[in-house]
Amino acid sequence: MLTLNKSKSFRGGIHPKEYKSLTENLPFEIMPAPKQVIVPLTQHLGAPAKQIVKKGSEVKAGEIIAEMNGFVSSTIHAPVSGKVTKINVSANVSGFPKDAIVIDANDSNEVVTMQPLDSEKISAGEIRERVKHAGIVGQGGAAFPTYVKLTPPNDKKIDVVILNGCECEPYLTRDYRFMIERTDDVITGLKLIMKALGVKKGAIGIEDNKPEAIEKLKLAAKNYPAMEIVSLKTKYPQGAEKMLIKAVTGKEVPPGKLPFDVGAVIQNIGTAVAIYDAVVKGEPQLSAALTVSGSGINQPKNLIVKIGTPLRNILDFCGGVKDSALKVVVGGPMMGVAQYDFSAPVIKATSGILVLSEEEINKHEQTPCLRCGICVETCPLNLLPTRISRLSQLERFEEAENLGMAVCMECGTCAYTCPANIPLVQWIRLGKQKVMALQKERESVNA
Amino acid sequence: METITTNPSYKLELSSSPHIHSRWSTKHAMWFVVSALLPSVISAVIFFGIYQLIVIGVSVLFSIITEAAIKKIRKKEITVTDGSAVITGLLLGLVLPPNFSLSATALGAIFSIAVGKEIFGGLGYNIFNPALVGRAFLQAAYPVSMTTWKNPNYAVDTVTSATPLSAFKFDKIFTQTENLFLGNVSGSIGETSAIAILIGGIFLVAIGIVNYRIPLSIILGVVIFGGIFWIIDPYKYPSPLFQLLAGGFLFGTFFMATDWVTSPITSKGMWIYGFCISLIIIMIRLFGGLPEGVMYAILIMNSVVPLINRYTRSRIFGERR
Repeated sequence: MLTLNKSKSFRGGIHPKEYKSLTENLPFEIMPAPKQVIVPLTQHLGAPAKQIVKKGSEVKAGEIIAEMNGFVSSTIHAPVSGKVTKINVSANVSGFPKDAIVIDANDSNEVVTMQPLDSEKISAGEIRERVKHAGIVGQGGAAFPTYVKLTPPNDKKIDVVILNGCECEPYLTRDYRFMIERTDDVITGLKLIMKALGVKKGAIGIEDNKPEAIEKLKLAAKNYPAMEIVSLKTKYPQGAEKMLIKAVTGKEVPPGKLPFDVGAVIQNIGTAVAIYDAVVKGEPQLSAALTVSGSGINQPKNLIVKIGTPLRNILDFCGGVKDSALKVVVGGPMMGVAQYDFSAPVIKATSGILVLSEEEINKHEQTPCLRCGICVETCPLNLLPTRISRLSQLERFEEAENLGMAVCMECGTCAYTCPANIPLVQWIRLGKQKVMALQKERESVNA
Repeated sequence: METITTNPSYKLELSSSPHIHSRWSTKHAMWFVVSALLPSVISAVIFFGIYQLIVIGVSVLFSIITEAAIKKIRKKEITVTDGSAVITGLLLGLVLPPNFSLSATALGAIFSIAVGKEIFGGLGYNIFNPALVGRAFLQAAYPVSMTTWKNPNYAVDTVTSATPLSAFKFDKIFTQTENLFLGNVSGSIGETSAIAILIGGIFLVAIGIVNYRIPLSIILGVVIFGGIFWIIDPYKYPSPLFQLLAGGFLFGTFFMATDWVTSPITSKGMWIYGFCISLIIIMIRLFGGLPEGVMYAILIMNSVVPLINRYTRSRIFGERR
């Protein structure tokens, strides 16, 4: 039967080759814990956690080893049982080495869990407390502490929770696997988030390249009229918060404002599953689910790995790296971070490890800007990437700010499409950082 | 086994995201434009003879040589493989009258590249469409040969070799629509065949090299502005269909006005640019001294593109409407 394509979306965006077929039909595999884990104190946006163990301490898996340090921070648990051998600066997937607790694992299988709670009877306050104690952070990439997101300012009225099942980055299939393998847990996770926020309406936005996930979730949600499964057009960056809110609710988050300001809270599919595990099973966040993919890895996989597992172990577990490998990226190919040190460990929000080779990277020569306007046409935020990028390069920051440089979410659409292969978003990113540094300097002079 | 995970000297690339790129490159796009011009080259040969191929060849050759020579003198990297000089050469060759002098063609090509493009710093920095700069130069330098027309090979009317536009403007003679459509009329060698231009032009729109807004706004504009006059006095003013098919209109609309470098980057800007071009075309055609105005309309609007870009910034996502 012919059906009209009613998928919702936003203006602009791109259609990079998906490469999802490499892993989309592979169920999660549990990778055995490594002999040593490296647990960074910063795995989230905000203040680093405060360590409460010392060198030589014996720890059990699930035991708290670092506490929240302020409101925007996160609790960190020992992912494995063993002995703390070092607390020092270690390689980090962000590219900047950070303080980490190094634990040598022993053979114990014992895990310290929390009291399982009934997802029907639990109160909003209890859910928030549990999420806080379980150390859950957003699984979408930014790793914002989930507890903070579940505690909106009192003056903001939230009316909808949207689960982000877009997974618009090429290669990644982690969220897809969650939706397929843990369909009911995703729904319960959303219910818990709605309850914690006292919100009546829930939605799950999924790109229409995942029909099986849409169907399964629709079936699982059919007894909950307050929950809507929304099919969205497959287009990058559909999973960006602003784009998702626009597609699902029709509202636009104004520049400089947050989803709170239009009454929406976005949570990732992986976060909903983590909340389910913490509440219903009493498990803190000890492992990360991720996709290992790319043409440069021998055996692409969807994996569940212990937090703190070095990248090297995971790449070896996936059959090793091919000679054609040119780049190793943590996260998606559009917004992920290129790696140079394979002792860097997986952290809570790691969603993928990609080994890319030349054919996928598609490198071209850079030429002068041809003013083709394709970056303007595709920018999901309606900015003028070529202009802002040029102004940033010339250090004319004030003019760049006037054109909305700060609004840019660095999705990389412009640099991806630019036929002249100009590093547009890279110049903009640099400009934003320099402006921030200048502001800080000015503040410190004034103080 | 040595891999990047065990051998620290293994070569790995580090850079800021995004880590992938579309298959598009400047070169890619340029060669697509070249291929879109081939139907027009074929129509030129069919209607005006094989000699036109030599004219086009000379134009392309001198464009390439000029660009390479100037890059060499300026001690810059030679970039002729990007295809942009080939495009300029093709465009210039195709807007010349049949059997045009080869030496004048060469001069036009040199002028196009040297004054139209390289003087501003090369590809990406020029203000005016280089091929049109060359044509304007030839129009001024060789006014007679630039308006000496030849009947097409399958001409029905062997008495007059006037172009449809001048036939209408000065003698009130209408040209048959099917001849205009096929290209069996006198005119610049690549401009007469609407079907050949549409094949290439629509191809460029379909693959996204030409933004649909520019040709659409120019066509809409000509239909509206031309239509108004036609309704006022259908005996004095030609129909919009004639306006669309005659002269250099379609060629200019799809291949000249849409030049990336010399057209606006904002969507609002593209509409303004297109409508203004169509208005100037109609004004020149109906009230100017010349029968055709496409070239000047585009050159005039090229000059205000930076201004248009500046004042047509779109509403940023989430800004108040």
